[in-house]
Amino acid sequence: MTTVAASSAPAATKSDAGPTSSRRRTVAWLGLLPFAAYVILFLAIPAVLAVGSGFFTKEGVFTLANLAALANPEIQAQFFASFWVSALTAVIGAVLGAVICFALLGTKPDGALRSVVDSASSVLAQFGGVMLAFAFIATIGTQGLITKSLVQAGFTENIFNSFGGNGTLLYQIPGLVPPYLYFQVPLMVLTFMPAMEGLKTTWGEANAMLGGTRFTYWTRIAMPILAPAFFGSLILLFANAFSSYATAAALISQGGIIPLAIKQQLTSETVVGVANVAGVLALGMVIVMVILMTAYAMLQGRASRWRQ
Amino acid sequence: MSGRASVAPMSPQLSAVSAQPSAARARRQQSPRFGAEPSPAARRIILTVAAVIFLIPIVAMVEFSLRVGQPVNGVQGYGVAHYFAVFDPANGSMYRTLFQGIGNSLTICAITVLIVLVLLLPTMLLVELKFPRLRRVLEFICIIPITIPSIVLVVGFVPVYHTVVRVFGSAPWTLAFAVGIIVLPYAYRPIAANMAALDLVVLSEASRSLGAGWADVFRLILLPNLRRGIFSACFITIAVVLGEYTIASFLSRNVFQTSLVLLKSTDPYVAVIFAVLALIFGFVLLLIIGRLGSAGRNRKASL
Repeated sequence: MTTVAASSAPAATKSDAGPTSSRRRTVAWLGLLPFAAYVILFLAIPAVLAVGSGFFTKEGVFTLANLAALANPEIQAQFFASFWVSALTAVIGAVLGAVICFALLGTKPDGALRSVVDSASSVLAQFGGVMLAFAFIATIGTQGLITKSLVQAGFTENIFNSFGGNGTLLYQIPGLVPPYLYFQVPLMVLTFMPAMEGLKTTWGEANAMLGGTRFTYWTRIAMPILAPAFFGSLILLFANAFSSYATAAALISQGGIIPLAIKQQLTSETVVGVANVAGVLALGMVIVMVILMTAYAMLQGRASRWRQ
Repeated sequence: MSGRASVAPMSPQLSAVSAQPSAARARRQQSPRFGAEPSPAARRIILTVAAVIFLIPIVAMVEFSLRVGQPVNGVQGYGVAHYFAVFDPANGSMYRTLFQGIGNSLTICAITVLIVLVLLLPTMLLVELKFPRLRRVLEFICIIPITIPSIVLVVGFVPVYHTVVRVFGSAPWTLAFAVGIIVLPYAYRPIAANMAALDLVVLSEASRSLGAGWADVFRLILLPNLRRGIFSACFITIAVVLGEYTIASFLSRNVFQTSLVLLKSTDPYVAVIFAVLALIFGFVLLLIIGRLGSAGRNRKASL
């Protein structure tokens, strides 16, 4: 706040009480224009085009016929795959992440340990993408460290190099689970840790005063309080896996999950037989995401009740 | 329960202090733990197991990048040959796309940071100072890119970029317009958090009443007070841009991540080397953000 004092003395003479406040408000409104224009051009228009294109034929005539793509068994199978990969990695990721949050309780929030955990989680959860795919190719790919060690140990055909009789696990849909967990667990640590830290020491003391054990503390106090935050984070994890593209694209060249199906439809319109299937799939994804994020916002509202 | 329990409440600070050997052991034997905190042994076991599991893929990447030649009789040779190969002029053509991609990504980083500083930051300040009712609207807009995944936006970016190419050409830097949108949620949060911790209205009115013009308020009051949030927003923007793959690959621009995917088929070793380096670089950037944040907390606490 030393800067206030520094600036006041020389500028004291040029006070500008002149222009009317209404004119100044107009000028201030103009200041919002550049950002508004940017957001309209590069967020609103692309979003509307993406979702809206599903409702038009190739000639630009409005139609609902394209929605038939959602009834295509192949598309449905890919939606189903997206759902189960997201659900499985969200549940496992949420449980493992919560255990790590539990282990971090009581460590100093500004300490070196927490700084390292936070930064590492952030990198893996938000910016990994393609690089995480590489990490797992080097770990459980055909020539990966673990795969080769297993082969050398005598398991020439193991779960990683011949999964379900279809070759390398990593290049099939179930193979997405390990790399996805590698960003889901860190995301859980990032989103659930604030809730865990919101547990007040006094509640533990009150429980002990009233004769409760650590077991009753967890089952009667901590778990009910943490439940909304936990399920909120679980939903966020599901949404994160559901919308993730880069990791899957770097591993799997064909379709299999919805983001990959969108890519297939954009690069070469195939199989389904109606136009603008990518737009229909985008619409499907947005509907799922809006439902998820609404549920997340509601659970977050409940969870924040316990924080002052 | 025993009176001792109320005498020695378990707060985080106390339990950290109680890492001292004898006193801690005495306390642990006498009073049961009744908070949520794990026992030191449980904490150590969980964190060690988690650290080992999460380091395996990183170690595997390093091991992979050090492999030289095919294994002979099941024994793999190791060396730093692949690391030197990157700088060998003879391989120049092989890595040209990679270095071009890195260069393009850095350009896009610079322009995206500029978008954050020139478009987002002034708008946030204006809303905070003049239109506080629009705060929720701005927050909502900045969070939309999380709800609409990049893979969906890309479907709309393809036609939008037909127009962009006509106006600005097809140079890689034009990607910054699209990437700037993806970055919004990440850049918004640190600046907003920094703003929430200050009363910018009072600060600016105080300096205005002392005679400062708006330029002085901006330069001498707002920017210095918000520098932590601004730095964090810029660093996180850089990390997001360097990791961006979806948009670039759909709009067929060559950036760092797309060139890594291309290189994977011709020279997987060098692709893995650069992936490890990028992960470490991102980690360091975020570590710096973390330190900036905690330095801010400490200073506020001491004031």
